[in-house]
Order: sequence, then C-alpha cells, then structure tokens
Amino acid sequence: MNERDLRSQIADVKAGRLSRREFVQRMIAVGLTAPMAGAMLSYSGAAVAADAIPYKPTKAGGGGPLKLLLWQAPTLLNPHFAIGTKDQEASRLFYEPLAGWDKEGNLVPILAAEIPSKENGGLAADGMSVTWKLKKGVKWHDGKPFTADDVIFNWEYANNPETSAVSIGSYKNVKSIEKIDDLTVKLVFPQPTPFWADAFVASFGCIIPKHHFADYIGAKSREAPANLKPVGTGPYMFVDFKPGDTVAGKRFPDYHVPTQPYFDTVEIKGGGDAVSAARAVLQTGEYDYAYNLQVEDEILTKLEAGGQGKTELTLTGNIEYIGLNVTDPNVEVDGERASLKTKHPLFSDPEVRRAINLLIDRASVQKFIYGRAGVATPNFLNNPERYRSKNNSFEFSIEKANQILDAAGWKKGASGIREKDGKPLKFVFQTSINGPRQKNQAIIKQACQKAGIDVELKSVVASVFFSSDVANPDTYTHFYCDMQMYQTTMPQADPQFFMNQFTSWECATKENKWQGRNVCRWQNNDYDETYKLAQSELDPVKRAALFIKLNDLVVRDNYVLPEINRLNAIGVKNGMVLYKSGWDNDLAFIASWYRAS
Amino acid sequence: MGNYLLRRLIVAVPSLLGISLILFVLLALAPGDPFGELATNPNVPPEVREALRIKFGMNDPVLLRYVHWLVAMFQGDWGFSFASRVNVDTLILQRIPTTLYVVGTAQILALAVALPVGVLAARRPYSIFDQIANTFAFIGFSLPTFFTGLLLILIFSVNLGWLPFVYRADLQATGWQWWWESIKQAIMPITVLGLYQAASYTRYVRSAVLDVIKLDYVTTARAKGLDERKVIVKHVVRNALIPVVTLVALQMPTVFGGAIVTEQIFRIPGIGSLLISAILANDTPVIMAVTFVFACLVVLFNLIADILYGWLDPRISFR
Repeated sequence: MNERDLRSQIADVKAGRLSRREFVQRMIAVGLTAPMAGAMLSYSGAAVAADAIPYKPTKAGGGGPLKLLLWQAPTLLNPHFAIGTKDQEASRLFYEPLAGWDKEGNLVPILAAEIPSKENGGLAADGMSVTWKLKKGVKWHDGKPFTADDVIFNWEYANNPETSAVSIGSYKNVKSIEKIDDLTVKLVFPQPTPFWADAFVASFGCIIPKHHFADYIGAKSREAPANLKPVGTGPYMFVDFKPGDTVAGKRFPDYHVPTQPYFDTVEIKGGGDAVSAARAVLQTGEYDYAYNLQVEDEILTKLEAGGQGKTELTLTGNIEYIGLNVTDPNVEVDGERASLKTKHPLFSDPEVRRAINLLIDRASVQKFIYGRAGVATPNFLNNPERYRSKNNSFEFSIEKANQILDAAGWKKGASGIREKDGKPLKFVFQTSINGPRQKNQAIIKQACQKAGIDVELKSVVASVFFSSDVANPDTYTHFYCDMQMYQTTMPQADPQFFMNQFTSWECATKENKWQGRNVCRWQNNDYDETYKLAQSELDPVKRAALFIKLNDLVVRDNYVLPEINRLNAIGVKNGMVLYKSGWDNDLAFIASWYRAS
Repeated sequence: MGNYLLRRLIVAVPSLLGISLILFVLLALAPGDPFGELATNPNVPPEVREALRIKFGMNDPVLLRYVHWLVAMFQGDWGFSFASRVNVDTLILQRIPTTLYVVGTAQILALAVALPVGVLAARRPYSIFDQIANTFAFIGFSLPTFFTGLLLILIFSVNLGWLPFVYRADLQATGWQWWWESIKQAIMPITVLGLYQAASYTRYVRSAVLDVIKLDYVTTARAKGLDERKVIVKHVVRNALIPVVTLVALQMPTVFGGAIVTEQIFRIPGIGSLLISAILANDTPVIMAVTFVFACLVVLFNLIADILYGWLDPRISFR
C-alpha cells in the first residue's frame, strides 16, 4: 500500500463510502497499529470522536465484588516503577492517564477534557507542541483537586534520572511544559513530533499526585509512602496491598464519571500459573477475569467446556519471529563475538535466507500450536491495521527451498547435509524454554532436515534468555548463535518505538553492553533514512506509508522472519461485560466494566 | 547448662557467617537480573535498566556487596526487595501468619495422626492394623504433594465444587463467616501437607517404638504387673520419642519456611511462594533474607532438639 492508496481510502472515509472501522481494519491488515490509523484519519480531517465505551448501568456501585486473577502477582503500585504488565495493570485501578487507547486505536479522553486536534487548537501546525485541556472537577482520592500542577510534576518526576522511573522514555522527549492555566498544559517538543500522544497517555502516562510525591522526587523516590498506598483519581480507592499476593480496592464515591464504577470492591489476586488461572475463571467460575492466558488453545477449549466463562481475544502488535544472525557468532573480533565487523558465513548468501523462510510452516504452527491466539504472518509490523503491509506473503515449500539451494550451488554431501566451499549448512537455533516454542523449534528443524539443513536446537531458561545480564552469553541480546526465536511486544499503538529495533544505531554490541534493541544486528541505510523521516513526518498518511516501507525493507531481506502475530487471550466469567483494547492495559477501562444481569 | 548454651551459640556464629557468604556468592553468580522483564518492552530505554542496576548496587564487586549486606544486616536493616521496593522484613512479616497457620496446622495434624498410629502399629507388628497403616504410609510418602494437591483440586473444586482452590489472605467476610471461609480454603492444603508428613512420621514412630518395646526394662515393667497403658506411655513412648524429636525439630524450620510446592498450587501467600517468586525474579535481597532466616532456624532447632534430649533422657547431659 502506498501513499496514493491511503489517500483514496481516506477520501472514501470522508465521503462515507468506507466506514471508519473498516478503514482501521484495513490499515491493521497492512501492518499499522490502530492508534496510528486513528491519528491518520484525524489528521486528514476525517476524525470522528472515538466510539463511546459501552456502559449500561445508570448509577455507580451496587455491583458487589469484582475478582481479578493475575497469575503473575503485582509487586508494586507506582506506575512509574512498573516492571511488567502485572504492575501496570494493578496501578491502573488507582491511577489514570490523560487519555487511553480504544480498540480501534483512537485516543479516548480520561483525565483530559478533550483530545487535542488541529480543529480545537490542541495540535500545533508545526508539530512542535500539543496543548491538553484537563477535565473539570476531577478529585484525588483524598479530596484534593487534580490540576495542571500535577501533570507538570509527573513530567519532572519521571524525567529525573535519579528517580529511576521506567517511564522516562515517554517523558524525555518533552522539552518543557508550560502551565497555561489551572486546567491547561502545553507540552513543547524539541522537534516536530507526530507521535505526541506518548507522555501522559496509557500505562506510563498515569498521573500520580504532586502533594504525595513532591518530597520524594529523585534519589528518595523509593521511600514515598504512597508507593505502597496509592492515592489516585481512578475508579477505585486503595484498601490493602500485599506485594506478590493481593491488591484490594473499594469504589471511589467521587469518581469523575458519576455513573461509574459499577462494582463496590475490587480484588486482584496474584500468583500461580496460567493454566490454573484459566481454570478458576473458565471452569469453576471462582474469579471474574484472568489475564494473559498463555495456554495452548486446546486446553483453553477444554476448560471452556466447563461452561462458566469464555476466552476473549484481542489484537496486538506482538510478534513471534525468527531472527537470523547478520554477524558471525563464532569469530571473535577485539574480544567480541558477533561483532559488527563480521558477516555470517552462511546467511550472507541471500538464497540461504530465502530457503529458510520457505521452510517455516507458519500455517501449521498457527493451526497446531497457537490456535485462536495467533495469526500466521509475513509481516513484522502487523497492527494496528493501517500500518500492515499488504505487499508480502508467506509460503511453505520444502521443494522450492531445495530448488533454490540447488541453484545456488549448495550440494548435498554424503551425510545429506548441503555444503558449499567446504562450509556445511549447520545452524544453532536458540529460544527460551516454553512449551509452544519448543514444539515450534521442532517443526522448523524437521523441515530444514528435509532440505538438507542441519539445525541444532538450543533452549535457554526464560529468566536467563530475557535478562540484561551483561556477563551471560546466553541472553537473547548477545545472540551468540545462528538463529533465535522469541516474541517482541508492541505495547503502544504507534510503531515508532517498535520499529526502531532495526535501526543501525540500536545494534546490540559490547560497547553498549548489549543493551541495544537491534538484536539481529541488521543494518540498512535506506531503513535508517526512512526511519528518520517517519520520526518527524507529521502527515499521518505519509508516515504510515513510511512505516509500511520500513516493514517491507526488513522483511524482504529475510534476516528477520516474522512468524506469528500473537493475540492477547483473557478469561472472562459469563455475564461480565468488559471493554478491553489491545493497545492499552487490560484494566485501562475498568471503570466501565459491569455484570449484565 | 547456661555455659553449654553460650558455647553452642558462639559456635553458631561462624557457621552462619559461612552460610551467608556462600549463599551470597552463589546468588551473585547466578544469571539474570530483576529487571529482565523491562528488556522486551520497547518503551523502556535500556539506559533505565542500567541506571537501576547501578542504583541498586548490582554492578559492584560481589565481596563489596556482601560486606554492605552484612553491615546492614547487623544494624537490623534487611534491605529492600528490588522487585517491589518494599523492605524485606515487611514482606516476610506479612507472610508469616499464613505460613504458620497452614504449615503449622499441617504439622500438628501430621503428629496427631502419626503418634497414635505409629505406636499402635508397633505394639502388634505385622497385625492387620500394622499392615494397613504401613501400606497407607508407603503410599502417602510416595505421592508427591503436587500430585495429591491437583487431585484434590480436581475432585473437590472442579467436580464437586465444595472447596475453593485459590487461597485468599484477605477474606472480606466477618465474624463466623470469616472463620468458616478461612477453614474451608485451608482444608485442602492442610490435608495435602499433613498427610504427606504423617506418612513419614508414622514410619519413624513405628520403628522407634519397635526398638524400645523389646528392651528388657519394658519386659520388667510388664512383669511387675503394670497396666499396659502405663507401660506404653511412660516407659516405651518416652524413650522412643528421642529420635522422633530430632526429626520433628529439624522439620520445624520448614514450618516457617513454608511448603513451596503446596503454596504454589493453592496460591497461598506464604514464605515458600515468596521465595519462589523472588528466585524467579532474581530478587537477591529477598532470597538472601529468606534463606538466611532458614539457616538460623535450622541452627536454633538443632539446639532445641539437643536440650529436649536432656529432658527426655537425663543420661544425655550437657557438656
């Protein structure tokens, strides 16, 4: 899809020939994230307000207890310290951002009075600033009013490196914040910023009260009593917290949406494993909701037969992919393996990479391993739809792979393994220990064998594989082998952060202590230039086209082989009506959850 | 005896220091760090992880970190959890009551079953009762708790729907309702743990009693025409208890340490599950504290066992 196609589709939306939702879905199909599609439409003047989040009850309260099961237990309740999704979800009961993302990737105002746009003067034409108007009459749980000072304080707090906030990435791109009046703030960016909806939006955008945290900025951040006893603006007030076990809350009677929330109390129970969490919701109905059910689809289907609940799936941009090493992991240059100065002896032949891509049986992996919770894909950037490239397709053919390798001069030796110039096609293929991943590895190994490629499988404990331990050669960022497979998540609807993982300056090397995100160490000048353009391109349509181009550049070089676009599966007890977006936390809209009688 | 106690306590210090050093070095050498989860989140710049490592002193040399830890520990500062940034002592104290309730009750249940069954079985070895008791004891300790735990869940929660299988430390009910619910949710874990323990205790009690019951002084007591119950309780059981006391005393640390597997299955927020999640998260201060407390308890209960010997059998004196 190129710019012209996009423009004509947007024109269709404007003229009413194409529904907004249909447009967003098409965009997701070509690899864009839903929030990007929304931004595209609104920039082009086709913006409609986001659909209202469905909600039936006419008054707050009366819903009894809401019981949530997170099999990874929340360990802290300050959104700026959140180590994983579990902490973000738990913080979201008490804290709120200015806006969140809905299913279609549109911004939904939460603490903001309206979403900034060109029409309402919120967005500067040059992309250098954005002005947020705050909702009137919002109160903190302790009765104090929520004001622009709180917003500005959050920027100061997170931006201070001494605070060690994990949200710093979202705030350091804001140059300064001006207070226009008590309910208006203006964010100024150092450069034109198309993705302005990062700071103060979604999980890292949750706002903590200045009057409880002002004394604990910087080095003293850990000592704030409110880290453990949150005071927020959210639908539920803090009652109790036992790290690693339970979080309890009760309805906030002064919540800024007068008819919400429906439930009187809320409880998050943590711990255990995903299968028993699924059982407690789907089979016995002890709980109302269970998050992130990374369970094989076959088991989920069996548990659903219990009749107490069902599995719900949401689109995400998360991608399970196989990376081929661009550099040589077996040669040491200046004390560094897989150095950028080397080239992989086998993968540097593009025909070998093409053959391997043909040997990945994506359709079977989807069918037999991930079931409903995964979609086979040739694209790295899958969602929101407006960024999804339609230019690629995948194929599984051992025969074609054989032909390609034959033609490229890789001859089968006595052992059945192909070789050329004395170099046999032998690879070490690593991934983290995880049921579906090991099955997936086995399927690939088998197909490779049939094409005369010898694959040695290696699996590393997840806690080691995904750690940032500089000294450990088995982490995925060291990538000291030929191929590796893992899932990379896309927590935001905008692909800018997501796609920076293939820029040349992000290569994981000894110099940056393997902290860089470009793990395959794939480098391409065209990609770098295009990425820089996309970074500052204000026209969302052009920007989307740029991201699609970025996806195509990576994918077509066959070093990065996308496999499965993972969906997020949750367990929901019968009768629960919950709104959930794949672009935000599960609990982002918990104020609107209710039980249908 | 005061002298003896003092000497034993002084000897304990270097061994505890040794244990703590070994633990610390092992943990420092173990791969992984508590911020691994941040690695796959593209919104978190890698510098943040590095900054956190530096801030929490994880990049310092191991021995330096150990000295810091030791000095802090002497001052009563247990450090704070990297994962939750809560003080470790708070974290442990929060979980002690649950652990004591569940694991402690299970131990009492185990003893309440094992003592009478073991003694009765030994009184008439190879009788029908003995054979049945032996068979059950054998099955009991052959089946691991994760198996019996899941079995009970499938029967009583899934099929019958009588008992909840998620243990909640924050029951919202009050009064009798609260009591009823806390008992209901503890039935399965206590049964699983208690019967498992009871099985091995029964075998121990039986063999200890068998050893004693054949001794001459027991025959003498019987020959004097003493009541059989008196013979068993006063002469046999008291002497047979010595090895049993050793076993039970050395089991006591596990009462405080929780039952790792069972706590995991039933989601009991006890020390065991704290240790497991701390290990999974590479949360060094918590692992250090829990395992160190564990080591202290082992040393302490060894001492208590030695003192109990002297009470049970005055011939074993304190020297």
